[in-house]
Amino acid sequence: MRAQFVLSEIGVGLRRNLTMTIAVVVSVALSLALAGASLLVRDQVNSMKDYWYDKVEVSIYFCIKADHNSPQCASGEATDQQVADVKAALDKMAPLVQSSTYESSQEAYKHFKDSNPDNPLLAAVGPDAMPQSWRVKLSDPTKFDVIQSAFAGKPGVKSVDDQRKILENLFGLLRGLQTAAFVIMVLMLFVALLLIVNTVRVSAFSRRRETGIMRLVGASNFYVQMPFIAEAAFAALLGSALASGLLIGGHFFVQHWLAKKVQFITFIGLSSVMAVIPLLVVVGMGMAAVAAFFTLRKYLKV
Amino acid sequence: MIRFDNVSKTYPKQNRPALDNVSLEIEKGEFVFLVGSSGSGKSTFLRLCLREERPTTGAVHVLGKDLGKLSNWKVPHMRRQLGTVFQDFRLLPNKTVGQNVAFALEVIGKPKSAINKVVPEVLDLVGLGGKESRMPGELSGGEQQRVAIARAFVNRPMLLIADEPTGNLDPQNSVGIMKLLDRINRTGTTVLMATHDQAIVDQMRKRVIELDKGLLVRDQARGVYGYQS
Repeated sequence: MRAQFVLSEIGVGLRRNLTMTIAVVVSVALSLALAGASLLVRDQVNSMKDYWYDKVEVSIYFCIKADHNSPQCASGEATDQQVADVKAALDKMAPLVQSSTYESSQEAYKHFKDSNPDNPLLAAVGPDAMPQSWRVKLSDPTKFDVIQSAFAGKPGVKSVDDQRKILENLFGLLRGLQTAAFVIMVLMLFVALLLIVNTVRVSAFSRRRETGIMRLVGASNFYVQMPFIAEAAFAALLGSALASGLLIGGHFFVQHWLAKKVQFITFIGLSSVMAVIPLLVVVGMGMAAVAAFFTLRKYLKV
Repeated sequence: MIRFDNVSKTYPKQNRPALDNVSLEIEKGEFVFLVGSSGSGKSTFLRLCLREERPTTGAVHVLGKDLGKLSNWKVPHMRRQLGTVFQDFRLLPNKTVGQNVAFALEVIGKPKSAINKVVPEVLDLVGLGGKESRMPGELSGGEQQRVAIARAFVNRPMLLIADEPTGNLDPQNSVGIMKLLDRINRTGTTVLMATHDQAIVDQMRKRVIELDKGLLVRDQARGVYGYQS
């Protein structure tokens, strides 16, 4: 195998088919960029889950005076004994219950005031309107159901709330985006494959004279097919380089613009983007080479 | 060198076989003309020798190998041991004479140093010394066919198969090509040539194999084109 000869054949082939090559490069770039984006959104969701699930707590709220109308609080405001009973039960649930902290009505009122200083309700309510609660930290935040079933309906307990629910909406949105990116990627990938097949076919046709002579003089199948496969793989390499550029560009857009606007999310770093890029290059080139190989089996009789 | 044992070839969707129960043997070093009208089975005969086709029944042996049993990946190696020349030359118009011959060696992975050495040698042999850097379009038909023969012979094959090599040439150029093929034959290479050229066959007085409607109708040493008792 002589590298120089092979490289010059590839160069000739790509130039001869320039418009098709450009179409292949762009469609491969778009589909790989979407594939990469989809992977990165998944990474983002996972990293946010790790971060936020660590912070979220389960809150067990107790009845206040004003709750006497609701069925679970028919007996009126929760007694100190009831609050202590819940605490005792929580302590028995280690190791699932990592820790539990008490928040009094006063503290709850203060937190509410601090985080919502302009809320018009503040004037109307006092600390009595805020329920006292146990803030429970779980070793496994997904096992909320265990706490829910253990304490919902206990005397004096008004409700058991999982903060995770608030996050689920955000994650749901991100998962939706991820799915959308994935679906578009599959379509683009299909288009890219068709383009590769067509490019190889045109290329095989325009070089039928050369391949005919190669067969005649006994060039091995590998030698006959390799320039076409290398051509497709090289176009895919250009495409995946472009896709990598798009992803890195997207990363800097997120880091320098979106991160300033949306400060409560920690975005994944450049290293995650870099980790995805080799995968894209390998998948892109492999896909193109395989597509070329199977096209040749049909259009290049050996 | 070539042996056909009861070879028949029927192409798909055709009733009449293109080659019908042909048996013959061509020895090493022979010069053989394959004659017959169009559709007589000459091309099928050659395609079977090149393993472009496989026989429907019977066995084709070329260079000691049963081509019917030769696996696909071994075919290129088999073809390296024979040379082929066609009526339409099959040169690459965008490569020079030298590059055309070198191409046949490049694609079978010969090293550059060997190519640089043998290409001028074989061009000298076919009478094209000094025309290495000319383009095929600048050459006459006879010269183009010489390039094709140089390409077929550059590997010094044991067997040269020529499919109407003089079909596109005037009588004078045809004679030149036949002299060249005769010279190649004298080096020990077996030559199998399909032709319609009566003058050449009659003049050369070599073995003649005639096919008619797929049947072997004549196999004559020192024969002529038409029937002779």
